[in-house]
Amino acid sequence: MNVTPPPMPMAAALPLEVGETWRRLHPLSPIVRFGRVLIGVLGVAVASIAEQPGLRHDKGLPISLIVYVGLLVLGGIGGVISWLVTRWRIADGNLQIETGFIRRQSLRIPLARIQAVDVISPLLGRFLGLAEVRVVSAGRGAEHGRLAYLTAAQAPVVRARLLALAHGLEVGTPEPVALPLLHIQNGLLLPALLMRSHVLTPILIAIAAVAAIAAAPVIAPGVLGSVVTILVVSGLGVARAFNEDFDFAISEAGDGVRLDRGLLQRRHETIPYGRIQAVRVLEPLFWRAFGWARLEVDVARQSVSREADRDAQQVARTLIPVATRDQALWLLARVMPDAHPNPPPDAGPPARARLKAPLSFHFLAAWFGQRYVYARTGRVQVSTIIVPLVKVQSVRYKSGPLQRALHIATVDIDTAGRRWQGSARCRDEQEAIEMVHHISERARLSRRLPPPIPAGPAPLPAPAPG
Amino acid sequence: MTTAVTRQIIGAGELKRLSPRFWLARQTELAIFWGPVFIATLVIALVVHVSAAVLLPVVVALIAGVAWFVERGRYRAWGYAEREDDLIVTRGLLFRHVSVVPYGRMQFIDVTAGPIDRAFGLATVQLHTAAAATDARIPGLTRPEADALRDRLALVGEAKATGL
Repeated sequence: MNVTPPPMPMAAALPLEVGETWRRLHPLSPIVRFGRVLIGVLGVAVASIAEQPGLRHDKGLPISLIVYVGLLVLGGIGGVISWLVTRWRIADGNLQIETGFIRRQSLRIPLARIQAVDVISPLLGRFLGLAEVRVVSAGRGAEHGRLAYLTAAQAPVVRARLLALAHGLEVGTPEPVALPLLHIQNGLLLPALLMRSHVLTPILIAIAAVAAIAAAPVIAPGVLGSVVTILVVSGLGVARAFNEDFDFAISEAGDGVRLDRGLLQRRHETIPYGRIQAVRVLEPLFWRAFGWARLEVDVARQSVSREADRDAQQVARTLIPVATRDQALWLLARVMPDAHPNPPPDAGPPARARLKAPLSFHFLAAWFGQRYVYARTGRVQVSTIIVPLVKVQSVRYKSGPLQRALHIATVDIDTAGRRWQGSARCRDEQEAIEMVHHISERARLSRRLPPPIPAGPAPLPAPAPG
Repeated sequence: MTTAVTRQIIGAGELKRLSPRFWLARQTELAIFWGPVFIATLVIALVVHVSAAVLLPVVVALIAGVAWFVERGRYRAWGYAEREDDLIVTRGLLFRHVSVVPYGRMQFIDVTAGPIDRAFGLATVQLHTAAAATDARIPGLTRPEADALRDRLALVGEAKATGL
């Protein structure tokens, strides 16, 4: 049964003409953009002036106040100028952004190469009704296109338009209806985050330290400080992850998977079908007791150098922060049809590989099917990477001196993703050679086939209860 | 053993080796580095009247000898094969690498040459795919060989190009 939802009547709600018209960003953009800096400067200014009460009684204004006001005015002027000189349009199959006052910069992002489109609403932007549209594009030297900021009403329209053009559809194509797939309860997210071993370990250390202090109070001054530091650091990490993945909802539309998440800053990400280079199923140590898993995806992107882009990299492409394994696998099947990340019985490396990889040997496995290559690894946390054969860029056979002595070898499967590559480690030498043959052959054949990605939301089978 | 692996991966294709001039160039590099070091230690051994100093040039000569053997092994390990659908590059003495790069995945091709390589009329051809990890580099081709390979690859790459 394949139910195609009726297209949403959105054509009337497209207020932007697409033509050659250059548009400015929203006039309040500089405030949101430099909001954090503004608050920071204000905070420092208030603190430093409050610290010097004597200055207030001097004749004239305290010098520090003049400096701060001057900084704010300069920053404000800079913001207004940058707003004035920035304009954008969608034309000739490109998203074009022109910016820069002294050094003009003209950005052309070919829509055919768009990997993902996000709408991001930072806290301050939400108060002002503004949102950013961020375009992740592939290719060396290409830059992210950031439209910061548009009104909250404009942003989804622009996103729909960019995605429609990226898929080669008509300009006025309305955004397809998103079908909700899964919503992660915050009540599940928080314990799951606390259960990651890099969080639980510091907590256990802290408990041990408290016990030690109770037993021998003499050591308290030395230990207490470091324990508190450890707890604060890991607490901040959890808080950040919780803030990022709060109220996580995943839905599916005709053009890709939609992710909505965030407590203070809401993100609405879209990962178009066919742009996923690899999927990773993560099962941390303590999660396995509960049967939980995490899904992450990798899309093609350039290496990140600038600070602003590093923020974009933070969009860690979490497909689900935590869910039951069944839900995760069900969702995996949505983005990668027919992917089965359960290793067949003969997927393990030969027993002699234990000498090369004693800790990860237990979980090492690699196998491949008609469409995907699977590679599982991990010492404490099990990680299964699934690479579609269509996305394979090159295949490499590697063996070091120890591996050669043991007659084993590693087969690396490279993709355009930047975060991981499939790596079948410590296979039998003959098997590795055959893997190279088969994987490159099947990758070649699959490149000639039409893409296997489904063309539209299918009815929901009820996911296993979580 | 290792060449057997390469052979098996390449199959019927012809494994091409690097130009012998590449080995001359590498030896020149070795001489440029180790020659002065050896002479310096020799001078020290002659000037300083400590009997143990005599060992110094001997040790340097031994290390240079090992470096020569390693370099020769690496030279012999390099090889490439142009197959119907992909290019295979093999390299490495201690850590053996065999890369299979489909022509359809090539994004661009670099031809570079350092000063010593230029003096010997050599060039390096490097293939780039969308994956950063792809390391298909063929050094030590003669200049005409490199240009011909680049042109062949560009032609076949264009014919078989696929997207991301």
